[in-house]
Amino acid sequence: MALTGVQIFKLLPKTNCKKCGFPTCLAFAMKLAQRQAEISACPDVSEEAKATLGDASAPPVRGIMLGTGDKSVKMGEENVMFRHEKKFVNPCAIALNLSDTLSDDDLAARAVEVAASEIDRVGQKLRVDAVSVEFASGDAGKYADAVKLVADKAPEAAIILNCTDPQAVEAAVKVVAARKPMIYGADEGNLDAMVALAKEHKLILGVSADGIEAVMDLTRKAKEAGVDDIVIDTGAKTAKDIIEHNTQIRRSAIKKGVKELGYPVINNCMRDDTMVEANVAAVAIAKYASIILLNHIERWKNLALFTLRQNIYTDPQVPMQVPQKVYEISDPAADAPLLITTNFSLTYFIVAGEVENSKVPTRLAVMDCEGLSVLTAWAAGKFTANKIAQFINETEDFNAVSHKELVIPGQVAILSGALEDKLPGWKITVGPREANGLPAFLKNKTA
Amino acid sequence: MAYVIPKENFSGKVLEMTLGAGDKAAVVGGGSALPFHSFEGEGSTRPLIALEIQDVPPSDWPDEVKKQYSSVSDDPAGWAKYCQNDLGAKAVALRLVGTHPDRENRSVEDAVGTVKAVLDAVDVPLIILGSNHVEKDSQVLVAAAEAASGKNCVIGKAQEANYKTIVAAALANNHKLIAMSELDINLAKQLNILIGQMGFSSDRVLTDPMCSALGYGLEYTYSVMERIRLAALAQNDTTMQPPIVGDVGMYVWKIKEVMAPETDLPEWGAIEERGIAWESITATSLMVAGVNLLIMRHPKAVEGVNKTLDELT
Repeated sequence: MALTGVQIFKLLPKTNCKKCGFPTCLAFAMKLAQRQAEISACPDVSEEAKATLGDASAPPVRGIMLGTGDKSVKMGEENVMFRHEKKFVNPCAIALNLSDTLSDDDLAARAVEVAASEIDRVGQKLRVDAVSVEFASGDAGKYADAVKLVADKAPEAAIILNCTDPQAVEAAVKVVAARKPMIYGADEGNLDAMVALAKEHKLILGVSADGIEAVMDLTRKAKEAGVDDIVIDTGAKTAKDIIEHNTQIRRSAIKKGVKELGYPVINNCMRDDTMVEANVAAVAIAKYASIILLNHIERWKNLALFTLRQNIYTDPQVPMQVPQKVYEISDPAADAPLLITTNFSLTYFIVAGEVENSKVPTRLAVMDCEGLSVLTAWAAGKFTANKIAQFINETEDFNAVSHKELVIPGQVAILSGALEDKLPGWKITVGPREANGLPAFLKNKTA
Repeated sequence: MAYVIPKENFSGKVLEMTLGAGDKAAVVGGGSALPFHSFEGEGSTRPLIALEIQDVPPSDWPDEVKKQYSSVSDDPAGWAKYCQNDLGAKAVALRLVGTHPDRENRSVEDAVGTVKAVLDAVDVPLIILGSNHVEKDSQVLVAAAEAASGKNCVIGKAQEANYKTIVAAALANNHKLIAMSELDINLAKQLNILIGQMGFSSDRVLTDPMCSALGYGLEYTYSVMERIRLAALAQNDTTMQPPIVGDVGMYVWKIKEVMAPETDLPEWGAIEERGIAWESITATSLMVAGVNLLIMRHPKAVEGVNKTLDELT
């Protein structure tokens, strides 16, 4: 269980030597308690204290890297039940599951879907993170060939070996060892053999059992046998199971300190009906899954699930921002209206959406206000006449504009006089207070 | 060590209420556990999904959803009947958008005529929504509430700027009421308190903390709804116990992701499925956060949500 700052302080050398980068041992202890510092930063702490603190300061859900290279993803390290309390840390990995009974052509084509899944959204590059190969053929050689083919065609994706046969896993591990595949198939019947493979090759071990109590037994045994990186599968069959199992596991780990459940969770969201699969995946993303397995990764589904994952894992305390620039909507001519707003992503999306709905070609100048909305930015002194004038004067994107009329949000109508003073030759027009007034405003303006 | 299920038993509850009259009346809300947490208590009843219709043809809806109703959408009563009889809707939400001064600016009398025709056409619960024009709504919804007297409809949306007249009309004509505030749990609470001070019982209120579409602020709506549910259950805050409304369709069916053709953005995939998935995932996520009544537009999105609910309940 977590220790308080004072409890931690008692275990430190109390020399205030500053080698850890903090002014006093007490300050360092406070940071440790908030998990904002690592005990290894103290060169003088005793081994005994380190062991005690290491246990206490370990995150309640173990952090594990899935895959290798630039596109690998971190899982776990979560601290809360609800995203309004604190940011959810490591977004759920999305994996396509493929059976080794598919033809080589099909396997290659589906693996290429994973490789080509990347989409840019609000400046983030989002993709299907992993491909899982399911052992259905019963033939270890065929399985290894399928894994090799898929790994080659999806060269940056993490590999998941969805297989309960230790011999087939061993054959597959040999051909993709450099990719650090996750073994997903340890169960009550094969645990010793799977543990041995995971230890030998230093791989993540996914353990499966029917229900939470049964899986705890396996994670304890695997840990005792020397496997640190474990992923839990409770055999959740329905969306209801996913919510109930994942909630109990997260609660047990972070509120009750149950170490056997302090691992990332994998959920099977595969359904024949692709729309239901999308919805079940949404449930798992919202409710604590670290890996979800899918049958189908159509582009529309990827876009929707990537977006949901981004929404759920957004920091509730740090607003999402869009880049500062002049956005051209519906291919505006030189005389098209010019609007200005702030770079809070929600503000941008809503304003840009209403401008698009108006079907009036328009330029939307988005000014960097550190992600604050219009009124907040104005109140914080970031969206003032001075700063807007400076932005207008310094932005070269206005060269394409043949007029000098700027429409400002109605909520900052108060700025219009000062802006006309600061921007000689410009006409400042006050737009609607709410974005939903924009279609009528723009249609009226260009009529 | 034996596994102990980490249960949380809450002292609060979600208020339960019946919408509509007769055989097709429906119950929303109820329960005292977080959504779909049946391992620790009884949750709310299965969320009710209303299909949205309008008093005027839906000229501003994107083609993918507009074409679902092309044979009926010029007649609100026929449209309502189609939703109930052909699509199996368990509730219908009539949005009187044509009364907005920037739209067709239909008169109060015209709106009343539409309400009566729709009430005659269907017997599932009816939700009567204004055009979200504060002044016009307070005239239109008052007249609509009178016209629907005795039918136990849901009238909405009452906002801080116009709640008094709308609450009075819902009170006088025995309807339920949607109270809408803008993405802030404190504003939602304050509005419910103000409505309560008018003598309107909280077990007749539904809270709409304002919806957002996936990718367009969904995380704000999601978290406000989660916080409202936690306040109702864990803190037993009676002002936060009304069922929650998710007005999903109108927020989804206006964004780029449901309108941009695949030819323009091939990386976004097929537009038909994209739109359906957008509405259905938005709705599914909000059910996980605590929604009790959904207002949706695309029949296939509703079908997807219903199949998912079969797995959830």
